[in-house]
This record gives sequence, C-alpha cells and structure tokens, in this order.
Amino acid sequence: MGVCPVVGSVLSHCPPSSFSRHKELLLFFLKPPSMVLKAFFPTCCASADSGLLVGRWVPEQSCAVVLAVVHFPFIPIQVKQLLAQVQQASQVGVAVLGTWCCCRQEPEESLGRFLEGLAAVFPHEPWLRLCRERGGTFWSCEATRRQGPGASSEDQVTLIFYDQRQVLLSQLHPPAVLPDRQVGADPTGTGGLAAVFHTVACSEALFRSDRFDEGPVRLSHWQSEGVEASILAELAKRASGPVCLLLASLLSLVSAVGACRVFQLRPLSFLGSKLSTCEQLRHRLEHLRLIFSTKKAENPAQLMRKANTVASVLLDVALGLLLLSWLHGRSRIGHLADTLIPVADHVAEELQHLLQWLMGAPAGLKMNRALDQVLGRFFLYHIHLWISYIHLMSPFVEHILWHVGLSACLGLTVALSLLADIVALLTFHIYCFYVYGARLYRLKIHGLSSLWRLFRGKKWNALRRRVDSCSYDLDQLFIGTLLFTILLFLLPTTALYYLVFTLLRLLVVAVQGLIHLLVDLINSLPLYSLGLRLCRPYRLAAGVKFRVLEHEAGRPLRLLMQINPLPYSRVVHTYRLPSCGGHPQHSWGSLCRRLFSGELIYPWGQRSDRQD
Amino acid sequence: MEDERSFSDICGGRLALQRRYYSPSCREFCLSCPQLSLRSLTAVTCTVWLAAYGLFSLCENSMILSAAIFITLVGLLGYLHFVKIDQETLLIIDSLGIQMTSSYASGKESTTFIEMGKVKDIVINEAIYMQKVIYYLCILLKDPVEPHGISQVVPVFQSAKPRLDCLIEVYRSCQEILAQQKATSTNP
Repeated sequence: MGVCPVVGSVLSHCPPSSFSRHKELLLFFLKPPSMVLKAFFPTCCASADSGLLVGRWVPEQSCAVVLAVVHFPFIPIQVKQLLAQVQQASQVGVAVLGTWCCCRQEPEESLGRFLEGLAAVFPHEPWLRLCRERGGTFWSCEATRRQGPGASSEDQVTLIFYDQRQVLLSQLHPPAVLPDRQVGADPTGTGGLAAVFHTVACSEALFRSDRFDEGPVRLSHWQSEGVEASILAELAKRASGPVCLLLASLLSLVSAVGACRVFQLRPLSFLGSKLSTCEQLRHRLEHLRLIFSTKKAENPAQLMRKANTVASVLLDVALGLLLLSWLHGRSRIGHLADTLIPVADHVAEELQHLLQWLMGAPAGLKMNRALDQVLGRFFLYHIHLWISYIHLMSPFVEHILWHVGLSACLGLTVALSLLADIVALLTFHIYCFYVYGARLYRLKIHGLSSLWRLFRGKKWNALRRRVDSCSYDLDQLFIGTLLFTILLFLLPTTALYYLVFTLLRLLVVAVQGLIHLLVDLINSLPLYSLGLRLCRPYRLAAGVKFRVLEHEAGRPLRLLMQINPLPYSRVVHTYRLPSCGGHPQHSWGSLCRRLFSGELIYPWGQRSDRQD
Repeated sequence: MEDERSFSDICGGRLALQRRYYSPSCREFCLSCPQLSLRSLTAVTCTVWLAAYGLFSLCENSMILSAAIFITLVGLLGYLHFVKIDQETLLIIDSLGIQMTSSYASGKESTTFIEMGKVKDIVINEAIYMQKVIYYLCILLKDPVEPHGISQVVPVFQSAKPRLDCLIEVYRSCQEILAQQKATSTNP
C-alpha cells in the first residue's frame, strides 16, 4: 500500500482556493489503489424486478458483463443447472455475479439479509450489489471482495449501460489486423471491449427463453418480452436448401459444357480470352456458383460476401432489364441500326481526310514525298477494304443488334462488355493501322540505334549483353553511315504516322477503359453492406462511444455505451468484391517509355498475354 | 463540477475551455472554436455571384446564375457538414479509455474511442506548421509487437489548435488520471 506519488505533486500545486476541490481527490488517493470495477449492465434490465445478476466476469480487465437477471422465486440448483448448460453451449464462463434490487422505497432489513445470504449460496469474487429506487434516477452499487476470514474490501464501481440487442447483432471491425493473429482465436486478449462483444454474442443460449415460456427459471433479458423471429426468414431458410441444390447442379452442368474440349481448341479459346464478354460471363458464373453453393458461410465475412454478391447480381439484372425494355420499346433498335452504318462510314471518311492531310504537308511539316505516298496509299486501301466489309454486313446489322440487346437480360454488365467488344470490332482498322505504324516505327528505331552504334565504332554484344567497341572495315562503315542517314531523314514521316495512329488508338482505348470502369464498379460495389450501414448502422461497428449520464457526488459513475458505426469509405474498402482483373498493369512511366520506343501496348493485361 | 476559462488559439481567435470533473476517475474537456463569421460568408457569396454575373454577361445563358446559386448553397451545406468544427471534446475515463468527439456546425458528431490498454502516454509535442512552430497535445499508442515502441501518434484538438497555456491545463489533468491508471496496472 504505497502512498501515491501524485499526492505530493497535487499538494504542492494546489492553491488554497481550490483546496476543497482537491479534498475529494486526496480522500481517493489515500486508499490503496485498485482497478476500478466496470459493470456492463443491459438497458433492458433497468426496470426489471429484483433478482440475481447473471453474467461473465473478466478478471484481466476487472469488468463484469451482466447478461440477464434471474427473478425470485428460484431454486438455486436449477439456476446452477441452467448456467452449466449455457456454459457448455457457448464456451463462455457464465456465473452468478451478484444481486439486483429494484423496489419502491428503501429495501427492508429482511430483504437485505436474504440478499446477503445468497452470496453464500453462489460464491463469486467480487460480489456485486446493484440497487435502484423505482422511479428514481440514481443507482447505488457496491462490489465486495472477501479477503481472508471476516475481512472484506470494497471496490469502486463504474456502471456502463449497453443496448444488448445492438451489441449482440453488431460486428466489431478492428482498425488493423495483426499478421500473427489467427482467425478464430479468442479475442479477449486484444481488448476489454472486444471481450464484452464476444461475451454477449456467444451467449445466445441464455436468450432463447422468453417470459411466456414455462421454464423453471424466470429470466429478464432483451428477448424476454418475446423472441424475435420472422416468418419470411424461416420460410426462406427452409426453401433455400432444395433450391440451392437444384441451381447448383444446373450451374455445374453449364460450367461442364463450357469446359468441354470444343472450346479449348485454338480459334475459340483465343477469341474467348480476348473478348471481355466471355470474361464477364465467366465472372458472373463464379458469382452464381458462390451464391447457390450448398455450403453454409463459416464466418460473418463470408456471409457478407455472399449477400453482397446477391445484391450485385440483382442490381445488374434489374438494370439490364430496364435497358432491355428501353431498347426494345418504340423500335429504338431499328433507329440504332440505321445510324450505325452511316456513323461507320463517317468515321472511315474522316480517316481518309486525315490520311490525305498527312500525304500533303501536315501542320506545315515537309514530309518525304515518296514514303508519304506509299504509306498513305497503303492505309487508304485498307480503309477501302474496311468500308466494303461494313457495307457487306449492313443488311444483318439490325438482327445482330436485336439479339445482342436480348443479352441485356443477363445483366447490364454483360451488355456493357458486349458494347466494349463491338466498339473494339468496329475500330479494328484503327487497331491494325496502329500495329502497322508501331512496327514500322520500332523497326526504324532499332535500325537507327544499331547504326548509331556503328557510327561511333561500337557494337552490341549479345553474349555479354553490353555495348563493346568494335573495329569495322571501311566499306562496312560507308554502307552503315549511308543507311543511317537514310533512316534518319525518313524518321519524321514514320514518326508522324505513328503518332497519329497511336493517338487514335489511345482514344479508342480510353473509351473501352471507361466502359470497363463502369462494369468494374457494378461488379465490385458492396451494395448489401452499404445498405446495412445506411439502415442498421449498429451492425457494422468501428468501435464504441461513451456518454456520461447524470451524475451525483458519492454515487457511482454511470456511462452509456453506444455503437460507433463504420464510416462509408471503410465499408466499401473492407467489403469490396474482387473485380474482374481488368486493371492496367503498367505505370504511367513505363507506358510512356514503351510508347516512345514503339513497343505495342496492351493497356490492360488479358488473362493470356498475346506475344506478337 | 464545471468551470470555464477562455484561451486563444494559434491564430489569435478566442477559444473557450470548459472542464467537467464528473468523478476522480472521469474528466471531460470541451473546447469551443470561434463561430462562422458573417463577414467571411458574405465575402465568399459576393465573390461567387459576381463571377457568375460576369460569366452571364459574356455568355447570356441564365443557367449560369442558377448554377451559381446552387453551388453556393451546396458549398455552404457541405462546409457546415464536413469542414466547420464547432466543438472538440476530450473525455478521459480511468481504466476505460480516452474519447475524442468533434461536433460539426450542422450537428454531426464524429467520435473516436481509444481503449486505455492501447494508450502509452499523453504528451505535448512541437510541430512546424506553415511558417510557425506550434505545440499540440497528442496521445501515444502502444506498439503491440514491441513493448517500448510507439505505433501511432494521435493528435488531439486538431482544428481548435489551442496555445500552450491551454494545453498545459489539459495535460496536467490527463496526467493525474494516467498516473492513477499506471498505479493500478502495476498493483494488481
């Protein structure tokens, strides 16, 4: 029992006017310091009749979590049996913690002695005695410990009220998960509040009976007015078993068909890996398989993921059906088909104008006439081929669009992926031009760099992978310098064509990227979690917050514990569904470097990277 | 037990510190920031509307004026709800933890609670803020892996930014409670 060193500092710092304020402190400090006992009391039991307090005692945190109140009359053997049952079902050490007294006026002598007698029947250290005057606001609370025969000491108590239903249903989201903590480890070691949440969540067995049940023991807890249940939820649970089985077998059939040998052959598998529609369909199939799997979710995170997937699929299908009804109403598809061919024609015409401009003196630059004409005529012929192809396809466009529009019933994401694929197919000629221009430019750059080395008298050593000096013959140097000069002076023309077609290609890639971004958003947004955060904020808890209730000197401190909900950004971050994998693989720096050296860029990595 | 004193923040604005001692183990400090001044609000509104009127006289499109009104309203609501903090409260409860609450001008409250098991100490730290050197009160959190390390520094009263005299008051009171806490944790 050492004298607290703070006493000395307090005495030296206190001016005489505030001595009365410090008197309370001094009285407190002269007692041996012991940890303040925290009693968590459910708000639903605040107006219950007198009885025994049942709950869990956590000695490390010096906190007592009260779970229920057992009312008089009771038989001690039956109470002990019930507690043993609950302990076995929940793996949580439930015991009788003390007595609860709620009466009209001051408790009578006989009741007081009866309550003290109970402490002998249910031995527990420390023994809590909570007392409240009915209609009054202030409580009295004592906690006694028996230290040796006859001696007992009292602890200071802080009362913390908590809403049992909210704490039971909520899920704590710790700010950081330690890397060495296993999933499912006992969370009591990490913090006092996590222990409280864990205790309440595990003690469902205690809350199963309500006051209409004819059990041997009468309890008061959050469900004592009537157990919460919903007919719809029960029916859904019963029906989900066979429905899931049926749908899971259907889905396995579909995936078996999809994995059959025909689709593994070269052309179809290549097409399947390139088209984003197939990717999206595969992704959705995975989702559906997750939803309809007959395995129950093991932990809350898996349950949330299932629910989020269901919400995402439902939203997708709903938006898709909306799009379908909009498309098929008032013959919009016909209008769309009618405008599609002229638009393709217009794009081809614009490209032809662009090439004519390049073949002249673009932006005042002087091009090499011969190379310019060759490249320009080559690309013009390509465009001519493309236009003929489009005109060949024109009678069938409306039918194709109608069938493509039907695919929107599978989901908006499928329709958008199809749109992205159609854009890719319609701008295939731009892609071809880009590849030609890039290959030509790259060839030129390679040639230039190699001949530049020759010009300086160096050589690339492929074995050692470095640049070595080398002595060339005179005719080698002559030819090399000549070629170098030719390539150098032809560089602006090639570079200009490359630049123009790369910009066009980047434009198309940007449009496709936007569509993919939208698809990704619909795929990965956790709608169920966001809805839960909006409507039932106590279910997703970032922590707790305390409010100090009305306080009177001499009475124990009373606090109200409320759930602090998770902010929306953290909800999205924690419960995001994994996306389709359409993220850009290269950083901006490496992209610029590849563009400069003429290498082909694939802004998002496909599952099987094409080596060209 | 309550008392109120007035201090000033680092820019010279008036702050009011309200201290409530609920019990020897529970104390609350409430700092009230200066209110939104009518002068700055009028200045910003006039600037936005003058700019909108200038654009309108160039483009002759009345949508610009309605857009300016909309932007002003939305901006004001967003400022009151997300930026302007009216009051910052520090509640320290022995053997439970430390709670920091910020109340915004629109009534929104954002609370953070740190359990006492995670708190290592409360200190006054110096920092370089723009062209000034200021003092701020912060909570040091324990590192679960290393017993003598610090995992995080959580500053308190970030938007009120009181001066050193106010911080010393709060610091002394908090240290009294933390000393109790340390004494009980060493004597089981």
